[in-house]
Amino acid sequence: MKMIEVKDLSKDFGDVQALSHVNLNFEENTIYGLLGRNGAGKSTLLNIINNRLFPSSGSVEFDGAAVTENPKSLSQFYLANEDNLYPEGMTVKNAFKWSKEFYPGFDTNYAYKLCGLFELSPKKKIKKLSTGYRSIFRNIVALSVNVPFVFLDEPVLGLDAYHRELFYKILIEKYAERPFTAVISTHLIEEVAGVLERIIIIKDGNIIRNTSAEELLQAGYCISGSAALVDDYTKGRALIGCDTLGGLKTAYVIGKPDGAIPDGLEVGNMDLQKLFIQLTSA
Amino acid sequence: MKFELNQEKPIFLQIAEGIEDGILTDVFPEGGQIPSITDFSVNYKINPATALKGINLLVDEEILFKKRGVGMFVSEGAVRKLKIKRQDQFYNNYIGKLIEEAKRLGFTSEDIIAMIERGFAQ
Repeated sequence: MKMIEVKDLSKDFGDVQALSHVNLNFEENTIYGLLGRNGAGKSTLLNIINNRLFPSSGSVEFDGAAVTENPKSLSQFYLANEDNLYPEGMTVKNAFKWSKEFYPGFDTNYAYKLCGLFELSPKKKIKKLSTGYRSIFRNIVALSVNVPFVFLDEPVLGLDAYHRELFYKILIEKYAERPFTAVISTHLIEEVAGVLERIIIIKDGNIIRNTSAEELLQAGYCISGSAALVDDYTKGRALIGCDTLGGLKTAYVIGKPDGAIPDGLEVGNMDLQKLFIQLTSA
Repeated sequence: MKFELNQEKPIFLQIAEGIEDGILTDVFPEGGQIPSITDFSVNYKINPATALKGINLLVDEEILFKKRGVGMFVSEGAVRKLKIKRQDQFYNNYIGKLIEEAKRLGFTSEDIIAMIERGFAQ
């Protein structure tokens, strides 16, 4: 089993530490969610893994060899992000042609099929595309390159609801037919939650959670009722945050509800979005 | 079966319950084939592993069975099995909650029984 190992990786930009001693593995044929607030270090991490940035310390290895300036590993990875690597004035069609040069597994017919589904004209120039269509273009290339590791940095940036849904469906269809590893970095969590198998949460350059989606969702619950009752209940429990609305309070608790829930209190599930907000709030 | 998932319980359980509803309402008749893992995962926008987990739950209960290379089918006797299972869960799923809310609103058990009888008569 080939995997990507991120070992004690740090990256500084001047005084700012973007990543701090990150240790992670990415295995084959798994859909990962890389979740973090703006500026948490998601893009920096993806750029280093894909050899577009050098780490300050630590390393990234693929199948036991460092990825830095390593053509063998780079041919197995594809990063779709906002950096436009295509020359000014290049059309979508020509970009497909060049993608095929660099990635022999690129499926041109499939890319054209996706253009049809997303109503993207291959004759258009890439730099003339709207934000949403630039994301669509990047996603089409990413889904057509057929490499084992695909990194999607904010893949639904600027996409309308219809296109977001279409993107997730095509991603799953592709994954079901021909499994690969997809690492999706996003802060639009709710709609992607079901797609993810493993979830990595990054905060201020540190990995604060790295677990299966299912485990993470069962890691906590919320309890609501009158403020006094809730405060009483949460005493001595691992509280990660709370919301109040007048006298009504909802507390977010780590663990599983144990024993009887006192009258007047209600237990609810903590969804990924709520958990994320509580875990990453300042 | 419904095509909306909620965040109330694990997705694989909702998939299993959705298929159960489909079997009970004859959308997926006994002996018939159900949609593939890919169909479920694409439709619900969920990871195929999650869809598989939900379906496997019903395979373990012998409500569904696999035909290698063909797909998933509804077992003979699945409806009867499901009815018994749901009858067992009926108190917890419905009556418990009903009584809880009734107490909150100050109904007596006589009030509730009268309402139930009225409902059945309609």
